[in-house]
Formats: sequence, C-alpha cells, structure tokens
Amino acid sequence: MATQSQAGGSDFTSNLGKVYGIYTGGFVAFIILVALLEQLGVPNRILGYLFVGFTVLVYAFIGIVSRTMQVSEYYVAGRKVPAIYNGMATGADWMSAASFIGMAGSLFLLGYDGLAFVLGWTGGYVLVAVLVAPFLRKFGAYTVPDFLAARYGGNTARFLGVIVLLCCSFTYVVAQIFGTGLIAQRFLGLDFTVAVYVGLLGILVCSMLGGMRAVTWTQVAQYIVLIVAYLIPVVILSAKKFGLPLPQLTYGQALSQITAMEQSFVQNNLAPAALMAAKAHVTPFTSYSATNYFALILCLMVGTASLPHVLMRYFTTPSVREARVSVAWSLLFIFLLYFTAPAYAAFSKLEVYSTLIGKNIADLPTWVYTYGKLGLVNICGKAAADLATVQASCSALAGHAGVVRLQDFGINADVVVISTPEIAGMPYVIAGLVAAGGLAAALSTADGLLLAIANALSHDIYYRMIDKNAPTARRLIVSRILLVIVAIAAAWTASQRPADILAMVSWAFSIAAAGLFPALVLGVWWKRTTKEGAIAGIIAGFGVTMLYLVVTRYFPGFGVQYLGMSSLLNPVTGAPLVNLAQAMAAPNAMDGWVTLAHPMASKVGWFDINNISSALFGLPVGFLVMIVVSLMTPAPSKEMQDFIDACRRPRGQTLMEEKTA
Amino acid sequence: MQQSQDELYWSKTSKLMITMMVLWVFFGYLVHMFVIPLNNIKILGFPLGFYMASQGSLIAFVVMLFWFARKQDQIDRECGVAEDE
Repeated sequence: MATQSQAGGSDFTSNLGKVYGIYTGGFVAFIILVALLEQLGVPNRILGYLFVGFTVLVYAFIGIVSRTMQVSEYYVAGRKVPAIYNGMATGADWMSAASFIGMAGSLFLLGYDGLAFVLGWTGGYVLVAVLVAPFLRKFGAYTVPDFLAARYGGNTARFLGVIVLLCCSFTYVVAQIFGTGLIAQRFLGLDFTVAVYVGLLGILVCSMLGGMRAVTWTQVAQYIVLIVAYLIPVVILSAKKFGLPLPQLTYGQALSQITAMEQSFVQNNLAPAALMAAKAHVTPFTSYSATNYFALILCLMVGTASLPHVLMRYFTTPSVREARVSVAWSLLFIFLLYFTAPAYAAFSKLEVYSTLIGKNIADLPTWVYTYGKLGLVNICGKAAADLATVQASCSALAGHAGVVRLQDFGINADVVVISTPEIAGMPYVIAGLVAAGGLAAALSTADGLLLAIANALSHDIYYRMIDKNAPTARRLIVSRILLVIVAIAAAWTASQRPADILAMVSWAFSIAAAGLFPALVLGVWWKRTTKEGAIAGIIAGFGVTMLYLVVTRYFPGFGVQYLGMSSLLNPVTGAPLVNLAQAMAAPNAMDGWVTLAHPMASKVGWFDINNISSALFGLPVGFLVMIVVSLMTPAPSKEMQDFIDACRRPRGQTLMEEKTA
Repeated sequence: MQQSQDELYWSKTSKLMITMMVLWVFFGYLVHMFVIPLNNIKILGFPLGFYMASQGSLIAFVVMLFWFARKQDQIDRECGVAEDE
C-alpha cells in the first residue's frame, strides 16, 4: 500500500505487523506467567505490581526508542502511520479512563439512557470522516489552530482556536490523570497524591522524548492491552453463564432475566413500584428526558468531530485516502469496546440482583465488604464496611425486615468494571489484567491530550505568534518544557480531587463542539465564510456555551433572576427538580461559585436542557452568527477561494508546508 | 477544463456527503425516536429498541464509514484528483 516512505522509518513501518504480533504474543505469555505465579501462591499485591510495572516499562521503552529531533516527526509522526495502525492509536487515544472504567458503570446505573454515551461517542466519527479530517490532512496542519489561521487569515482565529482547545483539553486531561491515580491507588496501594504523580511519570516518558511519533507507537501498544483486558473477563463470564463466549450475543438473555427480576421485586415488596419504574434497565428516558437524551447524543457526536486531540491523529497518515480509511478503522476498534460495554453492565447487574437483592443481610457476598470498606458500595444508606455496620444501618430504618431491598443498595459506577472479575469469582490475575487495561486507557488518552495542549502552545503561540524565526531545536525544546509544565499543572489539579470531574469531561465535548465545529465545517464546505464571520461565530458559540455551563453550575441564582432560567424537570414525572420560589427565597440563593450541594446547582436551565448538553445552544448560535456576519462582510479573495479548492482536492502537495517550507 | 473538472468533483463529493448525513441522522436519531414501540419486539432476548442503540446503529456507523472511504476514493479516481500511490 501507500506506506513506502523516506528512509529511516520504512524499515520499521514495513515490519509493523511482525513487531506488534510478537508484542501481543508476549503480552499473552506474560498473562499466563502471572496466572502460574498466582497458582504458586505469590501474593496479589506483587501480581498487581508486575502487571502495572511490566506494561508501563514497555510503553516507556517504545517512547525512548521513538525519540526524535525532527519537527515533522515530532508533530505528525512524519506522516507515515498506516491507516490501520493509526486506527488503533486513535482507539487508545479516544478511549479514556471514562470509557474503560466508567462506561459500563453508567450503563449499569442508567440502563437505556446510558446508551446516549455509546451512540454519541461512536456516531461522531461519521462527521469526522465526511466533514472534517480528510481536508485538514490535505491542508497539512500540525495543529487544529493551524487550519483556522490559514483559512481565516491570521492570528486572531489561531488564538481563539488555542483558547477553545485549552478549555476543552485541560479539563479532559485532569480527568485522565485522576483516573490513573485511582487505579494506581487501588492496585498498588499508594497514597492518592503519590499515585497521581507516579501516573504522571508514566505519561511523560511516553510523550516527552518523541512527541507524536512516540505517542503513536505507544498508543498502538496500549490499545492492544486495553482491548484484551476489557474483553477477557466478560468473555469468560458469558461462557460460564450461557455456554457461549460471545457476550455481545448472550446478554440479550441477561436483559430478559433482569426485566423478569425487576417485576418480581415489585411483587415481592423488594422495591416500590415507582422506584422500579424509574430504574427499569431497558425502559428509555428514565434518567434523561427524550429531549435531553437526543441533545446529549448530538453534543457528544459533534464534540467528537471537533476535539483537537482526535483530529490531530489524522494528520499522521501518509495520504488523504488513508486518512479516510483510518477513520473507519478507528471506529471499528472503538466499536469493539463500546458494543461490549452494555454486556458488561447487564451481566454485572444480573449478578448483583441475583446474589444481593432479597437476600438476608447476614449472607452478603464478601465483595460487598471489600468495596464497602472503600466507600464504594452502600447498603441501607451507609458504606458497607462490615457486617456490623450493615446490620446497624439497616435496623435504623423503620420497618426493615433484615432483607436487602433494591432501594437499600447503592454502588459507585467506577466499581462495576473493576469488581466484575471478583464478583464472578475469577482468579486475581484477571483483576490485575483489568487494572493494566484501565491504566493503558487513561495513559494513552492523557498522552494525546497533553501533546495537543503542548503543541498548541509551542507551535501556535510560541513559534507562530511570538518568534517566527525560532530554530528547530529550540522549538522542540520549548515544546517539551511546556509539555512538562502542563502535565504538572494537570497533576496538581487532579491531586486536589475536584468534585465534579466527570461532568467536566462531558462539558469538554460541548465546548469543543460549539467553539470549533462551525468554523471547521464551514471553512471547508462554504467558500463564502469570511474571516470576520468565523471570528464572530467562534466567540458567540463558545461564549454562549461557557455562559450556560458556568451560570447553571456555579451561578444558578443569577441565571434564574436575570436570564429567565427555570428548574429542570424530573424525566419520569415531569415535576420540577427544585421548588424555585423556595430556593430563590433562601439566603444562599444568589451565591456564586456554589458547590454541587447547592439546591439549584446544575438543576436550572433553559427549556429543561441539562448543562452537559449546553452546545445545544452554542452550536446553532455559532453557525448562525458565522453565516450572518459572513454575508455582511465582503466575500473572501480569489486567492482564498483557490486555497479552499486545493484543500478539497486530495491530489497535490500539502498546503501548509508549501507556504512555510 | 480544470474548473469544470473541479466542479464535477465537488458536486459528486457533496452528494456523497449528503447521503452520509441522511444515514447518520437515521441511525443516530430517527430510529431511536421509535424506541418504545420497537422495544415490544424481542430478538434473542434483546428488546429491538435497546438493541438498536447498543449495537445496531454502531454496526451501521462502522459499515457506513468503510463504504464511504471506498466510494469517495472511486469519485477521486473518476475525476482525476486521486493521489498517486
């Protein structure tokens, strides 16, 4: 195929299949070795260290081998990553700690409504392939703001692009480092803050020396680890329960059994009918109203097509043609995990329902206490630390018969994937494998994000805006220093344990969608888009989205008083979530920077739209302003029109290098 | 000559784009608006509405993208704007 390239990389690229084949074999052999050690009685703690240590060493090794001092290698891996490997790297880049650990948990808790994430995080790739990525690849950008600057004549658009990029990528990277810290804490027994900085080291060795080139080849390795780790436990579970190792097919039966059990809970007084109606696994629109469900899907999809750390992966393919094929491969590799996550959720819900609900308090399985001690499993409203605590908290409830009812049980979403091997009684080696997979997911995403941030600062701000004559060596050194600074800032933020870190990740999608999508899409598809239109549109879209996020979350009283916001509604009953008359009369009504415990925080808005879908306002505003202002200003020059034509045509040189050579 | 070739190329590309967007709206949104009636149909234990959101649409997206890559490459070649291999 079109992988023949300049000397140096060609040897490696033509042997990719062999290299990663041997690597995968080695990884499987390593799993078997650890399983044997477990049989020989090696303690679990050591097995955990082996898993984490071995995988991180491999990533570091790849990072060091791929170190580079060439600009195009550093920013776009020399543009010689074949489509299928770029697909794997994108898969790892894309699937974060939230996908690996959180997704199945959200599906467990939200049932059908959680599928908004599954749909939103896959369907967005259609937009990437059709509307955006191939054209940016043809242009030959190093970063997303590069394209904005070239298309919209100058550094104003570039600077706005960098601002949006920083806003969405930084919150996202903090969440990844947070996830890395959680895993290191749980499986290595480190203190959380220490664990965060240990995770940081793992991230830096991969990305600092070799930039995009090192990140690409480590991400491929990380994809293999994470997908193997995700599939093995659930395949074993499916084979055990239904005699067929295809969980994606067999969980239909699990769904039927769950529905049957849900009905029997109501009949046997193990759950109030109203609660069951709001929690039934396959019933739609119990956690999000239909409008919010579709709004969330839209924001996640459009956000996917605008997140700079995803788009920049397609700058590394050898051709425009391969960029398109590569998006398809990316989605296939992502799909493997996402269509398995609902199976994970169904199996573990079935397991929990059948081993817990309706059982006597004295007979709870041991995993309840293992995770209860960490505060992740609640029985009767209190963390289930041990039998005595559970008995005490249940007998404190009036009329409790000593049998666990559905309303007595609570579980943290993050536990579902991590605890499944244990709940299903699998050996510890599987739990260690899951930890290694989660770590791979968090590290690979953090690498991609840090690189996106550091590249924007070093290439767009330093090189393009501050010192246009900076020699290559200095540019790359500045980039590395910035990478370390951003990484430390992110780790410090993560170590403060910000409360609503997961909500902030969903916000990143809305911010990227409203801030970047209109400018990227219209820039290619509508020649009439002018510089002024784009600048006004970015500011308007980004501004409205940020306003909605910040006001509904941190200044809800202000929103109600001055912006005409009203209470969000309960999706099942349609009743308001807060009594606004009462809440507005309270002394803390007009407080700013309120915590999540504030009665109105994230519970007010326009038209009952959750703030995780705030691009629903920003996106149309962005498009509208961009179109109207463009029509009011003179059409772009002939030169610019030719430039757009050249972006659209796959044949020919990349445009940016021609201009800057 | 170059001009008309370019226009032909872009009109074909735009048509393909619109086809893809229609399919995207269908599998991303339209199907799921009928989740409640679809859930009455059960296949292998899966309520159909749930199945579409958890697997059906996802499979459609993957197939669509591979098809799109092939189709767009055909258009590139027909209009003589494909890259050299």
